[in-house]
Amino acid sequence: MPTMTFGQALNEAIKIEMQRDPNVYVAGEDVGVYGGIFGVTAGLLDQFGPKRVRDTPITESAIIGTAVGAASCGLRPVIELMFVDFIGVSMDQLFNQAAKMKYMFGGKAKIPMVLRASCGAGIGAAAQHSQCLEAWFMHVPGLKVVMPSTPHDAKGLLISAIRDDNPVVFLEHKILYAMEGEVPAGEYTIPLGKADVKREGKDVTIIATAQAVHTALSAAEKLAGEGISVEVLDLRTLSPLDEDAILESVRKTHRLVIVHEAVKFGGPGAEIAALVAEKAFDRLDAPILRIAAPFSPVPFSPALEKEYIPSVEKVIGAVKTVMGS
Amino acid sequence: MDITTEKMVDMYTNMTKIRMFETRVSELFAAGKVPGFVHLYVGEEAVATGVCANLLVSDYITSTHRGHGHLISKGGDVKFMMAELFGKKTGYCKGKGGSMHIADVDLGILGANGIVGAGPPLATGAALACHYQGKDSVCVCFFGDGAANQGTTHEAMNLATCWKLPVVFVAENNMYGISSCTINSMCVPNIADRASAYDMPGITVDGNDVMAVYEASSEAIKRAKQGQGPSLIECKTYRHRGHFEGDPCVYRNKEELEEWKEKDPIPRFEKKLLDLGVLSPEKIQEIKSSIKKQIEDAERFAEESPYPDPAELTLGLYTE
Repeated sequence: MPTMTFGQALNEAIKIEMQRDPNVYVAGEDVGVYGGIFGVTAGLLDQFGPKRVRDTPITESAIIGTAVGAASCGLRPVIELMFVDFIGVSMDQLFNQAAKMKYMFGGKAKIPMVLRASCGAGIGAAAQHSQCLEAWFMHVPGLKVVMPSTPHDAKGLLISAIRDDNPVVFLEHKILYAMEGEVPAGEYTIPLGKADVKREGKDVTIIATAQAVHTALSAAEKLAGEGISVEVLDLRTLSPLDEDAILESVRKTHRLVIVHEAVKFGGPGAEIAALVAEKAFDRLDAPILRIAAPFSPVPFSPALEKEYIPSVEKVIGAVKTVMGS
Repeated sequence: MDITTEKMVDMYTNMTKIRMFETRVSELFAAGKVPGFVHLYVGEEAVATGVCANLLVSDYITSTHRGHGHLISKGGDVKFMMAELFGKKTGYCKGKGGSMHIADVDLGILGANGIVGAGPPLATGAALACHYQGKDSVCVCFFGDGAANQGTTHEAMNLATCWKLPVVFVAENNMYGISSCTINSMCVPNIADRASAYDMPGITVDGNDVMAVYEASSEAIKRAKQGQGPSLIECKTYRHRGHFEGDPCVYRNKEELEEWKEKDPIPRFEKKLLDLGVLSPEKIQEIKSSIKKQIEDAERFAEESPYPDPAELTLGLYTE
């Protein structure tokens, strides 16, 4: 199987869909000549031309708003928000327009669009270029929220997102762009709303997304050496949430640790914990623990940023706590 | 101006229909039959009418919170509109949208909108789709003087020119964003003055003169369809009613209102058509009777229609 980076896998997904459907277009800041600030749209302009790969001014509301308008009239925009932090200047077009149009209009409109955005800390980009805002999007009925953790999943999920007839927020953790992995050639899809067991185990379930999946896997590996069998469930999609997969795993292991890089307070983990408390409380042998970012903006200094991001050590500590060891 | 008498009668009929529909809606709101917010277009009918008289079903519009006039002018059916205002299952949005969210994508109506300034980016996107797919269609973006100061409006105008898209921005300047008068909210006397910043033609017309609106928009739409890019048309007008039904209007005086009522676009156009011999008093009566019946039918339809079942609350959110 060919090996490629997470970023290349995304690039391939977009290429495949652009070849397959002439209504798919790409737009965003620096997506053309530059190839995307993280290189995800590299080569697309040469291959598909300026009509389908559209460099935009720095105009996030208009980038998203034109995508919504174009999608309602039959196109399938794949737009790039350079950093998810920029959603603040353009949120209305996403949450009041794209997400609600179908419902508000009595089911008639169709908004097939993908908003890709980089997210996450780890490169010293500080408070306005490092956030994980998935909880904001999860809270909006009408959106789908996808957050892959591997090159393989990134490609299959992005193809599904582009083919989906709803507005999809596709969040790419920037630390993952350079990660290499096996990616099948050609087209394949991974259904939205399906979690994936990245490591099977029987003692504790760790639920994670994006970069935190790898933190969880490292913790699981170390804990295996100490005789603790950890199951790592990668949600892949946060909305719709794969409730069955979450409950199935917890019913098996009876212990749950949730790891994410979004702020813990009001974060995705709160929703997952509530779900488990509501539907599988009697199957739990220990309180649910969350390892997530503190209630703080993302700090700049490497010393502080390291403290901000969930670490393998903290995850191991949480697992040991729920194991009572 | 090259316009048939038939078209002029259509425009008169359309304006009268908007006025009579909304006059009834106002009464129904007062009677407690229409819940929520109702923003009436009374006094501004010439704008939507004059612009939409140039559009085909295959063209698009984006509307505003004050959208009834746009919807009727773009072919919206008063029956389904009234049912929606009543919150009934048979309404345009199955009772899920209400006055501020009526849409019919099949008619090219991309929705009334509850967010001031949300329409321009959407309209620019619809125009992008027309351009991209090589369609000979245009999108008209109706927006008010309030939206003229929103960043989204300026972002959309800039991008529309950068990409030379077939969109016509129609500013309905009724002088007030709720209570805030354009004298205080705008740093230039005319919204159209801003067109030069986006390298598009900008024109200010008497928004209470349906023929002036028709002519200006005819030219802008033609220009857009010929691939020459966007235009901005400012229509100076006035709303006879408050911002919403129930607004005490403490921010403007009676004299101003009376002055504008003198300039009411409907009697003005009626007189013109009578003078031209295009209409007769009998014909006017006939038109009004026919509209009255349509509105009575619409009201009956709305009254008799069922409310949505509570089980429908979460339906229609996602496309499967």
